[in-house]
Amino acid sequence: MDQLGNLLEGFSVALTPMNLVFLVIGAVLGTAVGVLPGLGSAMAVALLLPVTFSLDPTGAFIMFASIYFGGLFGDSTSGILLNTPGNSSAIATSFEGHRMAKDGRAAKALGTAAIGAFMGGMIATTLVVFFSPYLVRLATLFGPAEYFALAAFAFVAISAVVAESVVRGLIALGIGLALAMVGIDGQSGAARFTLGMPEFFDGISIIVVTVGLLAMGEVLHVASRIHREGSATRVTTQGSPYLNWREFKQALPAFLRGTSFGLPFGAIPVGGSEVPTFLAYGTEKKLAKRRGDTMFGGRGAIQGVAGPEAAGNATAGTAMGALLALGLPTSATAAMMLAAFQQYGMQPGPLLFERSADLVWPLLASLFVGLVILLIINLPFASVWAKLLLVPKHYLYAGVAVFSVFGVYAIASSMKDLWLLVAIGVLGFVMRRFAIPLAPVLIAAILGPLAETELRRALAVSEGDVGILVASPISVTLYAIMAIAILISIVQHLRHRRAAAL
Amino acid sequence: MKKTILTVAFAAVTAVLVLAATANASSAGGGATARSKLTLLAPAAPGGGWDGFARESQQALRANGIVNNARVINVPGAGGTIGLGQVAQMDGREDLLLATGAAMMGGIELSTADVSFDDVTLIARVADDYNVLVVPKDSPYETIDEFTAAWAADPGGTAIAGGSLGSIDHLLSGLLGREIGIDPAAVNYVAYAGGGEVLTSLLSNTASAGISSYNDFRDQIEAGSVRALGTSAAEPVEGIEVPTFIESGYDVEMSNWRGYAAPPGISEEARQELVDIVTEMHATPEWDDAMSRNRWSDSYATDGEFQDFIDTESLRVASIVEELGL
Repeated sequence: MDQLGNLLEGFSVALTPMNLVFLVIGAVLGTAVGVLPGLGSAMAVALLLPVTFSLDPTGAFIMFASIYFGGLFGDSTSGILLNTPGNSSAIATSFEGHRMAKDGRAAKALGTAAIGAFMGGMIATTLVVFFSPYLVRLATLFGPAEYFALAAFAFVAISAVVAESVVRGLIALGIGLALAMVGIDGQSGAARFTLGMPEFFDGISIIVVTVGLLAMGEVLHVASRIHREGSATRVTTQGSPYLNWREFKQALPAFLRGTSFGLPFGAIPVGGSEVPTFLAYGTEKKLAKRRGDTMFGGRGAIQGVAGPEAAGNATAGTAMGALLALGLPTSATAAMMLAAFQQYGMQPGPLLFERSADLVWPLLASLFVGLVILLIINLPFASVWAKLLLVPKHYLYAGVAVFSVFGVYAIASSMKDLWLLVAIGVLGFVMRRFAIPLAPVLIAAILGPLAETELRRALAVSEGDVGILVASPISVTLYAIMAIAILISIVQHLRHRRAAAL
Repeated sequence: MKKTILTVAFAAVTAVLVLAATANASSAGGGATARSKLTLLAPAAPGGGWDGFARESQQALRANGIVNNARVINVPGAGGTIGLGQVAQMDGREDLLLATGAAMMGGIELSTADVSFDDVTLIARVADDYNVLVVPKDSPYETIDEFTAAWAADPGGTAIAGGSLGSIDHLLSGLLGREIGIDPAAVNYVAYAGGGEVLTSLLSNTASAGISSYNDFRDQIEAGSVRALGTSAAEPVEGIEVPTFIESGYDVEMSNWRGYAAPPGISEEARQELVDIVTEMHATPEWDDAMSRNRWSDSYATDGEFQDFIDTESLRVASIVEELGL
């Protein structure tokens, strides 16, 4: 139990009064930046990096640790309250979260999200401390063929959120794939749908798509109906953010399921927490259907918030492990953290724990302390945030529009992104008007390029032999599970039909 | 109660506006001199190579008071040419430096936009690092000769992993291939997003070999998870024990240089002032420290020397990009 001793030593550094102050500052700033549309924890670290120059390395890392998780605590807040998720990691949480908010249970949804984020993060960080060498091995088991199988698997698993109308779902998928296709193709260098403009060479940022479609689209949608609905939809914001025992018992399995989705995804480079959060949402939705739970998709079910939120933070936790032990940044935030570490002369990789033990253990310890502080800050604040809904809509949504523009501009200081934001916002508005679901657009935009790139990499390595796709036990297992899942859903569908016919 | 909420909301809005205004003060920089307020434009996303270079510079400039206020803004995209294009438009702006380097040369060749180093004012080349060719630890190849023999025999079946198309990694794979008699266009190059992903492709035995910057692989080489066969340095670098390609008998060298350029149309005094700022930064202990931490080697050059280097290197990059069939 070498790790335990080292960790305790780390705690002794992290828990000095000065470092606790840094932790609290980082937690507050991280949460605040996370709440803003478009600004996630990557941006929070980037913006606050110069501030930490004046600190000693330990203090700086401790602050990074709480900023890192703080952004993830914050980003679901605006999604739950206003249906305008600040970042792609919070999209899945927003579906049920916003339904709960409309039902007058905003504080409860925020509380569930905070607890979910806490549990996911805690379990993942514990795993990282004790098992990071094994976790890292996961990344080395996955080649392009396995990633392709994983992407195909995720497509099928997530299709639950697409299922309501097949035609509308497919339209949305098509839009998502088209948006994702823009840019220089990474494998051949061919420019696709760039209209010859270099600004489009790197494609359309998923942040612009998320903020445009979900935040701007929602603003336009609300604006178009503001006089028709009047004050009839005035929501109540009473209620406690704390879960009672019955609710906790409902949410606990969802927390754990979400966490187990999130854990492996942090260790492999498939673009961060979007895929596991959607997988967690899809699973909760299916389970709710099987239970015959009418809250889910109606008034909003607590499990639909608990699962994705735990998955998101679990991913962030193990991503930190992959970053420290392998130097592999599996998300944008992790890439930013890597740069920050290097600036302090700490080179993540296999020798990190030997060379920089004096920095790594306090960092890991402060991840734990940071999560506790974030929970303490966020739970009581849930009711305060929920009061945001009392602000008249025309002020509130004007604010969302302003912050969306700020957030998107801050990513790349690019005017192009602002025009795109407006255009995609209008698209989101039109899609809402015609009841086309928005989630498939984002799923396609995230999974589509992943599936394409990995398929082509696999075929490049095998010189065009498609046999490589089923050459490993991991991919065969994934395809087998997928086939069984499809079979089961077909059988269920037929049974339903027969039952309906009778 | 309502009043409290409004106050809180107002305070939050104000705080965020201040934050956003700081982040976005780039357009408000008119009238400032380089000594009072210097903007370092990194044409890459936060966490990218140029971003790290610019932030190291920022730290050295700040700690020594060479400029009163130095800040970094990120304009990522298209191999750095989005940033280059923006700077090319800032005619006469004297308080801005563009971080630039070898990767931008590939970007310029690939870009359809008509920008190049001719559209900006060159200031200085500051530091270099080098690329390394590695194989997984259980690879059958112990030396560069064994690897190139196998590669030449089966170019299609030897997948080489590296960074994005047009990156130094990619150009180097073409130069090496050409040297051993493979058509650069026939090199089976698999592009990844960065050094970390190249590493996993090696550890999962997806690619036969990988090319990335020495820094990305340094610890992995030391820990024995990958084996280094050669580096792209022209001369052996102190502290790097891997033989250079030239030492092994392959006439291939390429440095991943980093440096600074300024907008076009600035006065001679302003240009000299920027050269002085970079020169002073280069002499600080913080910069020495940054170089040793990043294992950069000193390649400081300004004025005519830098210009000559850019001219010859641009031609060389253009020819290899063409042969790679991009």
